[in-house]
Amino acid sequence: MTIKLCKAAIEGAMVATSFAETRLNKVLIECGPDTEVAYPDTGYELPLISGLEGTKVEKAGDLTRILNKFKSNLTHEYDFENAKKAGELTAIAAEIIEALKYIGDEDPYEDEIYTGFIEDGVLRELGVSLVDGTIPGIALIIGKGRSSKEVADMVTDLQGKGILTMLCDEVIEQLIEEDVKVGLDYLTVPLGHFTQVIHIVNFAVRAALAFGGEERGDYEKILSYIREKINAFVIALGEPDEVRVSAHLAANHLGLPVITDYEGIEEEIDEWYIVEQDYEEMIQLGLELKGIHIEIVDIPVPITVGAAFEGEQIRRDDMYVEFGGQRTPAFELVKTVDKDEVEDGKVELIGPDLDEVEPGGQLPLGIMVDVYGRDMQEDFEGVIERRVHYFCNYGEGLWHMGQRDINWVRISKEAQEKGFTIKGIGEILYAKFKSEYPSIIDRMQVTLITEEGEVYDESYQEAKDRYKKRDDRMKELSDESVDEFYDCLLCQSFAPDHVCIITPDRVGLCGAISWLDAKAAYEIDPTGANQPIELDGVIDEHKGQWEAVNERQGKESGGKIEEVNIYSLMEAPMTSCGCFEAIMAMVPEANGIMIVNREHGGETPVGMTFSTLAGTVGGGNQTPGFMGIGKTYIGSDKFIRADGGLGRVIWMPKELKEELEDDIKKRAEELGLDNFYDKIADETVGTDSEEILTFLQEKGHPALEMDPLL
Amino acid sequence: MSFEDRVIDPASEEMLQIAEEKGHESCFSRYEDMTPQCGFGAAGVCCTICLQGPCRVNPSDNGKGNQEAICGARDYTIVARNLVRTIAGGAANHSGHARHVAEVLREVASGKAEDYEIKDEAKLKNMATALGIEIEGRETNEIVKEVAEEAISNFIGYHGEEVSWLKTAIPESRYNLLNDCDVIPQGINDVIADSMHRTAMGVDSDPLNLIFGGLETALSDFTGCAMGTDLSDILFGTPELVESEANLGVLEEDAVNLVVHGHDPLLSEKVVEAAKRLEDEAKAAGAEKGIKISGICCTGNELLMRQGVSLAANYTSQELAIMTGAVDAMVVDVQCLMPSLQEISRCYHTEIITTMEISKITGAKHIQFNDATAGADADTIVKTAIEAFKKRNAEVNIPDYKSKLMAGFSVEQIVAVLEKVNADDPLSVVTDALASGDIRGIALFAGCNNVKTKQDQNHLKIAKELVKNDVLCVATGCAANSLGKHGLMIPEAVEEYAGEGLKKFIGQLSDAAGVELPLVWHMGSCVDNSRAVKLATALADYTGLDLGELPVVATAPEAMHEKAVSIGSWAVTLGLPTHVGVVPPVTGSTLVTDVATNIAEDVFGGHFIVETDPEAAAEKLIDKIDQRNWMLEMKAKAKEKVEG
Repeated sequence: MTIKLCKAAIEGAMVATSFAETRLNKVLIECGPDTEVAYPDTGYELPLISGLEGTKVEKAGDLTRILNKFKSNLTHEYDFENAKKAGELTAIAAEIIEALKYIGDEDPYEDEIYTGFIEDGVLRELGVSLVDGTIPGIALIIGKGRSSKEVADMVTDLQGKGILTMLCDEVIEQLIEEDVKVGLDYLTVPLGHFTQVIHIVNFAVRAALAFGGEERGDYEKILSYIREKINAFVIALGEPDEVRVSAHLAANHLGLPVITDYEGIEEEIDEWYIVEQDYEEMIQLGLELKGIHIEIVDIPVPITVGAAFEGEQIRRDDMYVEFGGQRTPAFELVKTVDKDEVEDGKVELIGPDLDEVEPGGQLPLGIMVDVYGRDMQEDFEGVIERRVHYFCNYGEGLWHMGQRDINWVRISKEAQEKGFTIKGIGEILYAKFKSEYPSIIDRMQVTLITEEGEVYDESYQEAKDRYKKRDDRMKELSDESVDEFYDCLLCQSFAPDHVCIITPDRVGLCGAISWLDAKAAYEIDPTGANQPIELDGVIDEHKGQWEAVNERQGKESGGKIEEVNIYSLMEAPMTSCGCFEAIMAMVPEANGIMIVNREHGGETPVGMTFSTLAGTVGGGNQTPGFMGIGKTYIGSDKFIRADGGLGRVIWMPKELKEELEDDIKKRAEELGLDNFYDKIADETVGTDSEEILTFLQEKGHPALEMDPLL
Repeated sequence: MSFEDRVIDPASEEMLQIAEEKGHESCFSRYEDMTPQCGFGAAGVCCTICLQGPCRVNPSDNGKGNQEAICGARDYTIVARNLVRTIAGGAANHSGHARHVAEVLREVASGKAEDYEIKDEAKLKNMATALGIEIEGRETNEIVKEVAEEAISNFIGYHGEEVSWLKTAIPESRYNLLNDCDVIPQGINDVIADSMHRTAMGVDSDPLNLIFGGLETALSDFTGCAMGTDLSDILFGTPELVESEANLGVLEEDAVNLVVHGHDPLLSEKVVEAAKRLEDEAKAAGAEKGIKISGICCTGNELLMRQGVSLAANYTSQELAIMTGAVDAMVVDVQCLMPSLQEISRCYHTEIITTMEISKITGAKHIQFNDATAGADADTIVKTAIEAFKKRNAEVNIPDYKSKLMAGFSVEQIVAVLEKVNADDPLSVVTDALASGDIRGIALFAGCNNVKTKQDQNHLKIAKELVKNDVLCVATGCAANSLGKHGLMIPEAVEEYAGEGLKKFIGQLSDAAGVELPLVWHMGSCVDNSRAVKLATALADYTGLDLGELPVVATAPEAMHEKAVSIGSWAVTLGLPTHVGVVPPVTGSTLVTDVATNIAEDVFGGHFIVETDPEAAAEKLIDKIDQRNWMLEMKAKAKEKVEG
């Protein structure tokens, strides 16, 4: 059938709207207008509606007015502009249809492989990868491909490129057929079928709200944000029906080009709706249309290497061999050497390879990475060494955990079957390091040791010496011991007003960028996202305010923020982007503060979940009393020094508390707070401020005796 | 005129030759005269609903002609309204049939219809239980009364109350989906009335809202079908395996040929009884072989299923039956009766006897059939036939073509056969065969003949292709009639046409049952399409799947009647991919066409497949079955991954 795009999109919107209206009215009749409507774990209600319209929808009864409002866009003038508006209406209808499925059902897709709504936590977690380029773009594939094999090849290619791939309709099952790894862990997200495609749209809208700091209902700004900041394109496979065409036009409306393999499109729309039969070319077109550049690194290993596999797990039964993990001796070390000590590109294996172990076997493993670079500094060793973890995990069928000499590596049976060998680990590290750090690594060699003996022992001893040296250096490193801080503008591609100030005592709020990371990043790219701030003009050392820092803040936030106290939550605190590891919030009743981490799903003493709370900070705004932080900041002696320090902390989720137990105890001891760790309430005590207050009083929590917070 | 282009049935071909020689008209010749048919009407964009019309709009968006009717209605509104009215027509037919049976049942309970009795008490009790009616310790008559009243109450929805019969026939998951989509009918008659209301000038113009109204109406049609089947079983017995014959060759030169035509078993069952009573009278009148009853359309199917009465003709051959000169009387009730019957009968001695108040033919003899005097009315009809026999004068030309067939495949009968293979777990016999691939899926053949296709050809070609590919085929209505007269409902056809897997499956059942089963299973009349749904529902309940997931499809290769449109619409709504071999008048709206053929699948799982080429249609149906199986396989694989 020949499809006239604009007419089909408008008719599709008529169908979608009427269907949404039917479903909605049924709910209104059966459950009443006061029925609660909400997606799980989000601070943005029904995000598409919150974003484009501004209403914080809570009840089914709110939806009638919203649908009616967008319906007025329907017209019979079939042109591109009207078709895009119709697409928007279809999107609103889909948001309503999907949201209604969540009434009385936390997870309507529980029994399915489909994700349905994607929680805020995932968005915030992916935020860092999206801004630092680990994920260079997003592809949405919808429909059903010519053959499962071709779809599988397409997605594997995208995985190798690190593209976040969202899937809707039968392409999901086609990938299952071909055993392509599907799931959030593989950046290959099976949204579901039909209207479930809306979950990528509400994901994008939340990026505008969470990172962009746009206001709910600021229609133009939110659209501009999505159009400009979200590097996404749509691959539409097979013959679309009118509702799908309407969804495609909704994508166009949001700035996403659509590339289809369906030949029956009467007329293409330049730059926006393009017919292309060749699947490889479809991807290429998508990347080009959104200006996504991908550096292709050819790595001589028989497995796919890409960020998509970072989250892949290899279970015991699927593992061919493992190293370390307290089962065998293992360690990894990156060290700087002289230029004649290194043969660039050399990867050497000392000891047995995979063919000499039984499936399910174990071997020791020493990973020695020798680097030489004119601009390399010893300080960067640790920074680079931590990348071993990420790069190993990029390999499909390769799994890495831990660091230093508590590392743990697995190679899957699948990878072994494809012909992967232990040397492949070295090949991956060499290729990735050389491409990611071209300015500081000139030469590099990797030695992998898989047998115990003299060589292993010598190397391990060397590693231990280096670890100790680094630890000593880290102990010295503090805000007082350096002359410069760094700013971090990495998130500005997403959160244009936010500026992170990174100090030795205060890690970036994403938790991913420490002062040393920032320093290394500056060395690698002197014009990049991390720039030094010479610490001139102390204004208030206790609160952490410097003229130089204020100036930088002002400049980089476009004049929005003029003053920042690095060690305060209550007075001119630092802004947040959106991908913070944890949030601090004041609890006035207890004269203290609570901290909740991203992983915690439950309620908190301020009456909001992490997701809801996260919705109130972020977007580059200064919100005294609320702030996003990186977890390690909590153990620092600068931690909200201006507001009373660690002693203010009255509540944390148990999991977070246990994770930071050593740091908290150590710091409490320094502050002379007796038994402080046990005085911090958690969810087992309660989330109700009265319950907590009773607990704090019983325990004699120091915050109760401090100066009033407000 | 070349008859080979019109029919593949040699009996029909022979009769058309005679018609031409004698200068008789037939639906085939009238169709020829009618072409080319109106393009606007064919596309569904002609609106005659109000007196300002007729309006017809240009269905293509090319800037020419009128895009809007006088009132402003666009293509999609006009097409959708016409479609809904067609569905309402179908629903009124099927539910009218059911209503009549329900009324008789009530009269039986109150002793006002002495000529009827309850034949299947077990089914009565099953239905009562399914409807939530207490059976323990109650007199049969009390149960009958309550079941009948429950049935009748389904016609008038007390405000907000859903029809109760629907729930007994479909899986819970499907019921919930239909409820979410707000298409559960609240009273069969109310919905039909609503359809007329909403499609009137100046009411509903939202195409999807109209279509959903149409689907609700179609579900009221289904409710009527299910009720019609269930109550007829209670009243006349649930069909069991039976052997008979089909095609014009079943007419007997030396017998009084009484043909029953239409859809209502209430009359025809009585006619069969009366014929037995009056056998001697017929012989006395000179009919050596007494009285031969045979059927046309679904009245024929009803009698075949329960009494083994043979089938004389399906829809497009009804006029040809009279032209044999051997039909002494044709007694008709409702639906699919060509008004031309009377005109043709004037050239012969044949008496056309109408019997129903709402279904008369100008010039035909009318003998009013009353439930309270059913037996006596039937006697009068049979006697009229005997009288007519005496006047037989013209030469008799009975084509020497007929085929044996087996029928009687009610769900109860099928389960009884399956129990012979596995007494404890009968349905597993089918699900195992589906899982092993012995049978690839199940296809329901339904619907009519239509002069736009070569008579019977689509039915036959598609069926042969499906069975060759191991699809188990069941059939109803004129589709069944067609497959029966062409020899697909005999055991020998299994060897000749079935694929290896299907052969194995039917062979296994035949061995266990101790009776050779036929290739295609005759499930009854057009209301008995509900039997096919109940079979699928049993499989769905057994596997925990929904109708929208099973490898079950439907096809109406030669659809003609409004009822077929209605059946097709509920088949889609219940989740079945449904093929239609004739292009319905919806193509004038891309929106309506797209909803019917594509978007419906996203919402209901089922959708229409419009394909006039039978080979291509068979391929699409098999492809659909394969897609369903593939989807089930992939979902299972995904589940393994999620759980693993």
